[in-house]
Amino acid sequence: MSDTVENQGRRDFIVVATNTMLAVGAAAVIYPFVNQMNPAADTLALSSIEVDISGIEEGQAITVKWRGKPVFIRHRTAKEIELASQVNMDDLRDPQGDLDRVEKPELLVIQGICTHLGCVPLGQKISEVKGDYNGWFCPCHGSHYDTSGRIRKGPAPTNLEVPPYTFLSDNVIKIG
Amino acid sequence: MSSPEFKNPVVKWIDHRLPVFSFMHHELHEYPTPRNLSYLWNLGSLAGLALVTMIVTGIILAMHYTPHVDHAFESVERIMRDVNHGWLIRYIHMNGASFFFIVVYIHIFRGLYYGSYKAPRELLWILGVLILLLMMATAFMGYVLPWGQMSFWGATVITNLFSAIPWIGDSIVVWLWGGFSVDNPTLSRFFALHYLMPFLIVGVVILHIIALHRFGSNNPLGIDVSGKQDTIPFHPYYTSKDLFGAMVFLTIFASAIFFYPNFLGHPDNYIPANPLQTPAHIVPEWYFLPFYAILRAIPDKLGGVLMMFGAIAVLFVLPWLDRSPVRSGRFRPLFKMFFWVLLADCVLLGYLGGKPAEGIYVMLSRLATAYYFIHFLVILPLLSVVEKTRPLPQSISTPVTGGGMVSAPAAKRGKADV
Repeated sequence: MSDTVENQGRRDFIVVATNTMLAVGAAAVIYPFVNQMNPAADTLALSSIEVDISGIEEGQAITVKWRGKPVFIRHRTAKEIELASQVNMDDLRDPQGDLDRVEKPELLVIQGICTHLGCVPLGQKISEVKGDYNGWFCPCHGSHYDTSGRIRKGPAPTNLEVPPYTFLSDNVIKIG
Repeated sequence: MSSPEFKNPVVKWIDHRLPVFSFMHHELHEYPTPRNLSYLWNLGSLAGLALVTMIVTGIILAMHYTPHVDHAFESVERIMRDVNHGWLIRYIHMNGASFFFIVVYIHIFRGLYYGSYKAPRELLWILGVLILLLMMATAFMGYVLPWGQMSFWGATVITNLFSAIPWIGDSIVVWLWGGFSVDNPTLSRFFALHYLMPFLIVGVVILHIIALHRFGSNNPLGIDVSGKQDTIPFHPYYTSKDLFGAMVFLTIFASAIFFYPNFLGHPDNYIPANPLQTPAHIVPEWYFLPFYAILRAIPDKLGGVLMMFGAIAVLFVLPWLDRSPVRSGRFRPLFKMFFWVLLADCVLLGYLGGKPAEGIYVMLSRLATAYYFIHFLVILPLLSVVEKTRPLPQSISTPVTGGGMVSAPAAKRGKADV
């Protein structure tokens, strides 16, 4: 069909240029259709919360919801802090010092989401199982966390995450 | 219709077992199409493009929309303000409905002018009218979903049409509402059906295309294809022509979306629905206006409803009202004249549907309504008998090449086919 076509090079250029513009146009159309599934502006606006911690007595813990998931806030006892800080780093799967996980040693703020497959570990209430290391125990697949929320035993790969938070005053923290 | 030879071994392997590639080759590539189609024959593929656009944007909107009277309006506002590009997707969907109707109305008038409804394409035409009906139902229910003032009162008025049915009308309306007024049950069922019906439309569109490919497209001359010299393969000739038309269509569509997104809408629908207050002047969306004018023209409740549905019903039997053996309006001097009068009449009905039902508008609506039915029920059957049509060309290629001779493009095509 192309045996008598003149200026084949020019024609190729037109075809390549057209297809390139087509690809750019298609990408520009697809982008909004994909991006609409990302968090909307009102969802993002809810991404930080303030928590009053003055009511948490020593040895007590509360659970608050942040971005749809639980955050554990525990006012640790001196014994719990001692247990957490005396651990040999070689015994840890995801080595991290206890002081690297807290702003103030008595207040532990962690995401209450098991790093294995996302269940909520037990151990917040006095009546609940706390696992072999006296911290938290995930009933889904048997992960044990210590008093610093670090993984000690079971299938979870990493420690319970510490969410970004700051002390706005002695009694109020802002998470997120 | 020889089986194509595929070079790619994977394609060949699959096609031997599941002949989808042969099917696409027959129907989209070699599919012999009259060589003389004008740009009016682009509207079919444009309607398909509009349908796909509506389904894609509609599924996305459904991800963010809440079909509940307490949340519907706010969820639409959230789509407009908070959802990433939600404004764009909603404006595409909102204006897409109007553009879908523009395309389909041109498509229908194209069929009316060139006699595309005549044998052997009667079922093709009837399926098309069925698609129009489904589109109207879908568009109506979609307009209710934002739960603005026009949504609510439009739903109230249109569902009340059914109360005109003698004896059982009131029970039917209560059944449609799921209560004693348009309320939450109405909204949630309309949402479910609005999601369902486009897929019914896809089903009927597939039948429409199967019927089309049985005898192929009609053409501006309205005469049958007499041989290979009258046709060209669909690809690349009509794929490129359709693509060019699609680009022009998308340019106009995008201009509306980005610069005049609310031009075809009604500001009252940005007021949340209030069952205690009807807006002063309620009108349906523009694409329903001609039918709305017919409804109001008749000074009787049942009569108005019957005439309105009759305006569409008459299209179903059109192939048997127009008995003239000549399809194309080009060779029917009287028919051609009346076609343009009908078009003007429909535009006038559309204009009158948007005006208040008072004064001169009422009388004009009645005249225009009467003419609409006279055109189909009196003029067309009469013309079939009395009209003296102009002589038809011998074949499609005759006016182009002066006979069955092989022209330059045809020769080139012959080479390409080898």
